[in-house]
Amino acid sequence: MSTIEVLPQAPANPVEVCLRTDRLPHIWCPGCGIGTTVNCFARALLESKMPLDRVAVVSGIGCSGRVAGYVKLDSFHTTHGRAIPFATGLKLANPSLQVVVYSGDGDLAAIGGNHLIHAARRNIDIKVICVNNFIYAMTGGQSGPTTPLAAITATSPYGAYEPAFNLPQLMDAAGAVYVARWTAYHVRQLARSMGEILRKKGFCFIEVLSPCPTLYERRNKLGEGLDTMRMYKEKSKIRNGISTSEVALGASEEIIVGKFVDRDRPDYSELLRRQMVARLGDKYVEAPVCSCD
Amino acid sequence: MDNPKKQWQHADPAGVLTGTHFLDGDHACCEGALAAGARFAAGYPITPSTEVVERFAARIPTIGGTFIQLEDEMAASIAIAGAVWAGAKAFTVTSGPGFSLMMEHIGFAVMTETPCVFVNVQRGGPSTGLPTLPAQGDMMQARWGSHGDYEIIALSPSSPQECFDLTIQAFNLAERFRTPVMFMMDECVGHMTEKVVIPPADQIMIYQRRHTDRSPGEYLPYQPSADLVPDMAHAGEGYRFHITGLTHDERGYPSMNAEAQDRLVKRLKAKIQTAAAELVNVEEEGLEDAEVVVVSYGITARVAQRAIMLAREKGLKVGKLRLIVVWPFPAALIRALAGRVKAFVVPELNLGQMVNEVERAAAGAAKVLSVPHAGGTVHQPEVILDAIMEAAK
Repeated sequence: MSTIEVLPQAPANPVEVCLRTDRLPHIWCPGCGIGTTVNCFARALLESKMPLDRVAVVSGIGCSGRVAGYVKLDSFHTTHGRAIPFATGLKLANPSLQVVVYSGDGDLAAIGGNHLIHAARRNIDIKVICVNNFIYAMTGGQSGPTTPLAAITATSPYGAYEPAFNLPQLMDAAGAVYVARWTAYHVRQLARSMGEILRKKGFCFIEVLSPCPTLYERRNKLGEGLDTMRMYKEKSKIRNGISTSEVALGASEEIIVGKFVDRDRPDYSELLRRQMVARLGDKYVEAPVCSCD
Repeated sequence: MDNPKKQWQHADPAGVLTGTHFLDGDHACCEGALAAGARFAAGYPITPSTEVVERFAARIPTIGGTFIQLEDEMAASIAIAGAVWAGAKAFTVTSGPGFSLMMEHIGFAVMTETPCVFVNVQRGGPSTGLPTLPAQGDMMQARWGSHGDYEIIALSPSSPQECFDLTIQAFNLAERFRTPVMFMMDECVGHMTEKVVIPPADQIMIYQRRHTDRSPGEYLPYQPSADLVPDMAHAGEGYRFHITGLTHDERGYPSMNAEAQDRLVKRLKAKIQTAAAELVNVEEEGLEDAEVVVVSYGITARVAQRAIMLAREKGLKVGKLRLIVVWPFPAALIRALAGRVKAFVVPELNLGQMVNEVERAAAGAAKVLSVPHAGGTVHQPEVILDAIMEAAK
């Protein structure tokens, strides 16, 4: 009688409690960095010991906009560019939620650019993770506000010529209390940064550079996703605390990464409360956590 | 949802300004929203609607809730969806140009079944048009403005009192059907000041959020109840659900194929279509022996009232049919009337919008006369009277 050897079950990945494993495999291409950032996010969440029932993820549209669909949290896949105002409504109507906006550079900085700067100005207590792959990937690799000069994209077939945003500087100027940039190579630093913003009050912004081998690297002859990771490793310089005016991409051969801004100022709800108490005193009724039950 | 009756509860007295007031329509609309339990408003200033949120901004800090003035109408119209998913009742307020900018989020609210109210105090268009002057030019936009196939509910008040009463109804319908409701005011009604009676809270019935009574393990966000409307859960309650504007299945997961599209979009339409009879809300007067029926809504119904009176003085048999719920259009009612009246006269502050629906429903069984007006002021009653006399021939 032959015996059938039963292989032991592979130990579950600890981050699976944060993921909708019934939706896997995901839609991201081989070599794409978005999944790597989600892994970092899940690790940061678990590390934070924050109750997962209180964490909501809001995404816009695009490849990074699909993150909301894969995290096993209250998650909202909204409209193009409008993740931040949706998150603003969600947070203000239930301040006990930890609200994370997870989206891409085109979604947040182009069509959603107005909301990005105003949310930072207001210092709404939401956390923004911006995966920057330099193009609109979901729609086939068109150029956007972060596309490097001379890069070939679907809508800049002869090379991009518009200057790109320096996103950390933009967020610094608009008033974000935490601004960092990492790449998909810097998984430990990124996870640590994500943990920091989960503990920090106010509008926080992390830019994560991420390879898009299918549409950006291929058109620009930059190799596979792994080649981009090697490039990130070789060219990145960690410069914590450096002025955000010094971190524009393409200004030199270096990619400046690190935590650039970490400061404190009262968030939107605190400013609102102070003003109302000053003018209305005892008559002011703080917004309750809404429940229509 | 097992027991629909438990959804009806008295209004929260904190938001009910009981008493007799002298209010304009914009302010009355705000009081209606507060009485309905709205505790979140997001807006962007635009004439002639801004007074609604100005009053909300003044009132809400002593009631408990949130007003936020956002950077544009796209932000305002999606912030309310965020607030709803956190548990609030929420609305936004705008006029023509802002309404145009909000169209995508009307569709988002339809697709994600987010109950909320969009108030549009209509002014003359297209484009910047007549910011301070009335029109009813957005009636078809309210019905069809967002892309794709969907059904909508829209109400049209004719007085400040109705701005109060019907705003409550708009919120109740939004919750009952889990759908965005369009509240189609106009500049005249919005800026007209009249007596508004606000009853005690225990005389105002509010339809509560259709919250699921299932546990997180059993709950499917888009599993319809018997009336085709699914029950809701809110963020932070442990359900860890997913919401998307993509075509989705009962789990809320994207499901992009023809079958899922057919199932979802047809249900979204059917949940309102099958309740069309329940939704009919019209004011009728003198229809019993009418030969001519004036079909109107909003401010134009009040101008038409004068024309109807003048026509009756001339011995004409004229009836009045005022649309309060404009969408879904009461086609069955028009069809029934068309079999026994000679003609319909349809005055409106646009160049002919709802008249097309009247024609379609009448299907040739009665004449239909449009009384168009490009907006900027209201009709002269005599113009409507002339049309009634023409119709009676």
